[in-house]
Formats: sequence, structure tokens, C-alpha cells
Amino acid sequence: MTAKELLLLDADDNIAVARQDLKAGTRLEVHGSPMVLERDTPTGHKICIRPIAPGEKVIKYRTPIGSARVPIMPGDYVHIHNLKSDYLPTYTLTGDNIRKGA
Amino acid sequence: MINGYLRPDGRKGIRNIVAVVYLVECAHHVSREIQIPYRDQGVHVIGFPGCFPNDYSQRMLQKLCTHPNVGAVLLVSLGCEGFNRHTLYETIEKSGRPVRLIGIQAAGGTKTTIAEGRKWVEEQLEALKSTPRAEIKPHELIVGTICGGSDATSGLTANPAMGRAFDYLVADGGAAIFEETGELIGLEQVMMDRAATPELAGEILSCMQKTAKYYDTLGHASFAPGNADGGLTTIEEKSLGAYAKSGQAAISGLIKPGDEPPTGGLYLLDVIPDGEVRFGFPNISDNAEIAELIACGSHVILFATGRGSVVGSALAPVIKVCANPHTYRRMSEDMDVNAGRILEGTASVDEVGREIYDLIKRVAGGEQTKSEEMGHQEFILTYKSFEPIGPSCLPTAQTAA
Repeated sequence: MTAKELLLLDADDNIAVARQDLKAGTRLEVHGSPMVLERDTPTGHKICIRPIAPGEKVIKYRTPIGSARVPIMPGDYVHIHNLKSDYLPTYTLTGDNIRKGA
Repeated sequence: MINGYLRPDGRKGIRNIVAVVYLVECAHHVSREIQIPYRDQGVHVIGFPGCFPNDYSQRMLQKLCTHPNVGAVLLVSLGCEGFNRHTLYETIEKSGRPVRLIGIQAAGGTKTTIAEGRKWVEEQLEALKSTPRAEIKPHELIVGTICGGSDATSGLTANPAMGRAFDYLVADGGAAIFEETGELIGLEQVMMDRAATPELAGEILSCMQKTAKYYDTLGHASFAPGNADGGLTTIEEKSLGAYAKSGQAAISGLIKPGDEPPTGGLYLLDVIPDGEVRFGFPNISDNAEIAELIACGSHVILFATGRGSVVGSALAPVIKVCANPHTYRRMSEDMDVNAGRILEGTASVDEVGREIYDLIKRVAGGEQTKSEEMGHQEFILTYKSFEPIGPSCLPTAQTAA
């Protein structure tokens, strides 16, 4: 059972998306497990639903969108402070870099 | 059942259009005047504004004028422009379509050209009434997809639902085309993993490297502060929103503007010019990409929008899928599908995907989209430069190898 306030894009994802603006402290259930929202979370923003270790991929819609900078726990808000791009924004894009980066 | 229009070249269209084509901006007004009395009767204006010849725009107009939705073509030339009207004329003639070329200078100016053009268009509209009909099976459909006026909801609702519709189409044997390679940066490996062959994966990688280099040269930022405000954290995540349009099928091929998918399956359209950076931004607005998708044979275009685009297109119907429920309530008269229901929890991605696929078939069968009903016929074509696709890009080449 997953709370109606959350949108789970794929069963394998480790984040869910807020369907509406949600307040810090809100209690929600994801896959039957309770969790408490760490911060105010606006519509469309991301919330951790499974423990994510530093360096582990954050998965949205079954696809990596970057790596965790720090440990992220269920209920945590996921954004720039704890998630970084695996992509090289300087566009020094080579075959080797992509294989390492992805 | 989809009752299509059978062309002399054997292709099947879902609309029966007379195209009036200006071959330089100087012939644009005259072309528009020719069209005006018949603008609600399936007469559309397309054209190329430049005076100097360009292989890409030549090929684009050749493909568009012989698109299965087009039944007859009137070419309007000023007379002194660089566009190769003779090759274009011959290409259309060879396809078996009625074609007429009027030169404004030779015809005696604006008024005589308009009168002569309207007379010919009226004859064609009458003749097209007896166009042979033929059933179009879903496996014969080609559908293109684009997103524009995107916000944080686009990648959550409309794009995944359109991806699901693509999965249904591909499962039925149809061809689906996705593009916007500039907004697929960061997903190189994910797309390579979905390629039908290792050789095609290599072509996708080269295409994406070219894309990154092109945007770098232009100094075009692909991640703006507004993206982060809207809840997007990384370029991969932003790209993922655009990428969700592609669904889950294997990628069968990599094509360029004007290349038609030779079989059913999912195709990536490379819209980034080859060679050194010339002529400015690769796609100056959404309709430039829509025209390219149509030049690849797309019968119908799926368009996801969060902020609320209103465009349609000349030659092919555009189905607008609105991602944001607030936008839908504000602009429902422009929207064909309300995918924002997914965010509100009143519909699933599957349900909206099925709704979109059913609508594709109804629109192919003649139902008008919102933009068609309101007469939207946007069209834009500018200068670009492409090399032909490599031998590993198409499934036929892979079978032969």
C-alpha cells in the first residue's frame, strides 16, 4: 500500500514524487512501511522511499538520475543537496566517460 | 477501422490535403492568398523562406510534398530564387500526385498568380473527392512525438503516458519516432542498452556526442535554474522527462529528417546537424521538429505540454497531451488529453496511455484534433546540414549483415 499523496513511477524506483504540496512531518505509508516527511515538499518534487547509500544511484522511472552524495533515508527530501549528476556538464563527452558515468 | 487515402505510390494517408508551397519568402503572401478561401477544406500552406539553395530544405520539401497525407501540390515560385523547383516538381510528378508550378514573375504578378492558383486548387479539391480509399492497419501507422512548453509535470504524466501509447503502437507493429536529442543528453548509456544491435548502440553514442558538442559550441544551457525550482535536480533527470516519451520498446533504428522508418518499431530521430556548427540553433521552435517528424512519414504527432502550447501543424494532425492538471483546467479547449489526472491520482499511466492510443486511431480515422478544429496549421523550415545515416542505423541493414 502506498499513500495517495505520492506517485510511484516504477516499482523498482527508490524515490517517489509528491502529487500535491506536502508539509514536513506528514506521515505516509510506502509499500506498507510508515515514514515521516523530513521537509516541506512541493508538487512534483522527490521523496526517498528506500534507504540509499552514498554513491548509490537514485532511480526514477527505472532510470538512474544521478548518485547520492550522502546517506538518504525514507521520508527524506531528495534534491541538489543530496543528489549529484553523473553527467559531465562541461560536455567533455567521450565514450569512456559515458561508460564510467552511467 | 481506419479508412485511409491510397496514393499512386502505394502509401496510405489519413488526410487528403492540397499543399500550396512557397519556394521563397517572396512567394509566401501569394501562396497564403491562394489558400485563404479553402483553408477549411484541407488546403495547407508550407514552404521555405530562403533564397539560397540548401540540400536539407530541398529534401524536406520533397518528402513533405510526397507525404501520404498530401494528395496534390501547387508550387509557387517568384522566379529568381535559388530553390531547385525543377527537381522538386519532378519528385512530386514521379510520385503520381497532381502537381502544378506557377512562377509569379512569368504569370504577371500577384493578382494573376492568385487567380490561376485558386483555379487549379479548386480543380484539385474536386478531383480529390474521388481519391481511392484503403484500410490502414495499425502496423502501417507512423507516429511522431515531441514535448514543448514543458514543466516538472511533463516527465511525470504526459510523456510516460505517450510512451505507453508508443508501446501499444509498437506491439501492434506500427512505427514510433521520438527525438529532441538535445534533451536526451545523459541518457546515452540507457539508450545504447535499448539498441537492437551493438552497431546501432555505437551510432547512438556518436549521435549523442555530436549533440553535446553542438550545444556546447552554441553555449546553450540545457539546465536552467527554473528546472531546479520545478523539482528537477540533474540534467539526467530533465532528460528523463523527455526520454519517457519513448516507452519501453527496443530502439530499432536511428534516422535523420526525411528518413522514413522501413519497418515497425521504435526509432530515434537525430535532429542535430552534422559537420561544423552553421545556421544557428538546430531547432528554433517546436514546429521545426514537428515538420521533421512529418518529413519522416509521421501520420500523426503526439505533443506533450505542461505550460500549455497551442500549436498544431500543416499536413498532419497534432494530438496535444496536457501534463499539468492546472494548465488543463485553464486551457482545456486546446488540449486533446488530460494526462494531469495521473498526478491527481484519478487515472493511471496505463489508462491514459490506452486513451492516447485509441485517440491516435480515431484521429487516423478522420476525427479532428482540437488544433485542427481551430485551424492551426503552423509550419517552419530553415537551413540545416546533414550527412546520410550510417549503414548500421536501420533494421534492414542489420538483417542483411
